[in-house]
Amino acid sequence: MPEPFTQLTSRTFVLTADNIDTDQIIPARFLTTTSRAGLGAHAFYDWRYDHAGAAITGAPLNSVDTATHRVLVAGANFGCGSSREHAPWALLDFGFRVVISSSFADIFHSNALKNGLLPVSVDLRTHGQLLAGPGMRVSIDLERAELRIEDAAPVRFPIEAFARRCLLEGVDTMDWLLARMPAIHAFERGAAS
Amino acid sequence: MPQSLEPRTMFDKVWDDHVVLAESADAPAILYVDLHLVHEVTSPQAFAELAARGRKAARPDRTFATIDHSTPTLPPDASGARPFVTEAAAAQVETLRRNCAEHGIRLADWDSADRGVVHVMAPELGLTHPGAMVVCGDSHTATHGAFGALAFGIGTSEVAHVLATQCLLQRKPKRLRVTIDGALRDGVAAKDLTLAVIAALGFGGGSGYVIEYAGEAVRALDMEQRMTLCNMSVEAGARAGMVAPDEKTIAFLRGRSYVPAADVFEAAAARWLGYATDPGAMFDHEVRIDASVVAPMATYGTTPDAAAPIGAPTPAPQSEVARKALEYMGFAAGEATTAHAVDVVFVGSCTNGRISDLRDAAAVLRGRKVKSGVRMLVAPGSEAVKRQAEAEGLDRVFVDAGAEWRLPGCSMCIAMNGDMVAPGQLAVSTSNRNFEGRQGKGARTILASPATAAASAVAGVLTDPRAFTREREHA
Repeated sequence: MPEPFTQLTSRTFVLTADNIDTDQIIPARFLTTTSRAGLGAHAFYDWRYDHAGAAITGAPLNSVDTATHRVLVAGANFGCGSSREHAPWALLDFGFRVVISSSFADIFHSNALKNGLLPVSVDLRTHGQLLAGPGMRVSIDLERAELRIEDAAPVRFPIEAFARRCLLEGVDTMDWLLARMPAIHAFERGAAS
Repeated sequence: MPQSLEPRTMFDKVWDDHVVLAESADAPAILYVDLHLVHEVTSPQAFAELAARGRKAARPDRTFATIDHSTPTLPPDASGARPFVTEAAAAQVETLRRNCAEHGIRLADWDSADRGVVHVMAPELGLTHPGAMVVCGDSHTATHGAFGALAFGIGTSEVAHVLATQCLLQRKPKRLRVTIDGALRDGVAAKDLTLAVIAALGFGGGSGYVIEYAGEAVRALDMEQRMTLCNMSVEAGARAGMVAPDEKTIAFLRGRSYVPAADVFEAAAARWLGYATDPGAMFDHEVRIDASVVAPMATYGTTPDAAAPIGAPTPAPQSEVARKALEYMGFAAGEATTAHAVDVVFVGSCTNGRISDLRDAAAVLRGRKVKSGVRMLVAPGSEAVKRQAEAEGLDRVFVDAGAEWRLPGCSMCIAMNGDMVAPGQLAVSTSNRNFEGRQGKGARTILASPATAAASAVAGVLTDPRAFTREREHA
């Protein structure tokens, strides 16, 4: 069950590229794990390490302090590609708690929400402003579904009602589904008849 | 199927059939899953969650597992040991075997005649039925939509949900119909059509949609070709792609291991045909494509939509991302990509690892040689495909030409089993993703059809396969 999420104020870290796919977020060769822990070490691995495995000097991802920069701002269609939930696991373990983009790939979006990594979709103007100014201070208020950039007026962002409630109240989706087993069993009986 | 006055799309019919609890403003729908496919990479953490809660799989009879992603494609050594790329990969396969045994889930293990890439194996066993809801922790689950199933990839948390409850929480996607008119020209493959469709829709163009592929050209495709088309729906951002079941669907399924028994099969078949979209049903968006203008296609960038006819000048990049993609690939705008020496050719994957794909590649290779300096690897999609190919002598064609004939698996498509393209090498691959580093760090991938891959292996550069087949016809 993810940590509840209510509010966060942090600085942004910006990756401007569109279409950052899950093979960039965590290359497939690191998927031979049976755990969900410790994947931050492999987050954006090929952007951070050279062919010999040495850290690439000057790669911004190698110097970002995710204690102060917990919000990743990325180009459009973030998280496209595979269904690997290792992508949000890696981003969370790396230290990000929010990803802001103009659009997200469907499966990544769903996986992120289930793990308490908040995907925030913004309009193109807001997106452009965030992409242009790395290190901005942003505040995310999930209760109000609002994003505030520096001291500007907050802007609303869309968030699916159930996912929002799960994050705010720490509702466990598995428990929620299990509580509905009687309806599921009734469906099975109906389908069999 | 509940009767309804409103004409419905195929997607709506399948969705409606699986709603346990309807969606509301407060909660997504609970959908019932008919078939849950499982593999070693995206399932261990889900089984661990069940273990932590002291639960067993709710419906092991609706669950089927295989090992494909991390598995070596080279045979065991003299002691019987498999050459896994790492201990972690071996442990992952071992974990799935243990989990399946513990939960009573059928597993197509090493010794099984059924083992294969999950999206090749399940249809050939007849596990995938029209009108069914099929999920797997793998984005290419869209493949099964070729049968008129609603099939899509899910994350590991959802794998745990389905294992524990046989259900999934989902908001209903929108409907997109891609109507493909006309007929494909001779020598143009389903993969070429698929790349043309993705290029037309754009990389994220299908986001939020379930696609129905319709039209004359789709009806003309056989089941394996339809699987290739549906497989890559996710590369346009759509979770699922579907083709209405028809007589070809029924003929493909008849007699397979996991279809309804012979005495009730025809009744099931009649019901399956009823899933086709009703005349007058509405879609949220419609796109039309003309199949007759599609030529053999290849990608030039690092997203699957960046595709053009082989030999056409590479389009000038319209964005910073596109410019960087060309730079990564080492291609220049305005010039064809057919001048660059190819290092590696891969034939296989859930997109193009079926018997018809191997036949297409072998038809080009027969009596020819892979060019010196080119490494060609052929990984059949399943044990059944491997057996069939060997019965037809296709393995000999590949080996005689100088290609490597491997064991079934995902292999170089996802490059997590040790089958990799080296940094900087250029690969022509029949797989589904050309992302940076997809086939290995620094690997440069061109996506193309099996015939194109084989022709490129012979020529040593990206090559329109029609040059070879025409040459043979005139010989």
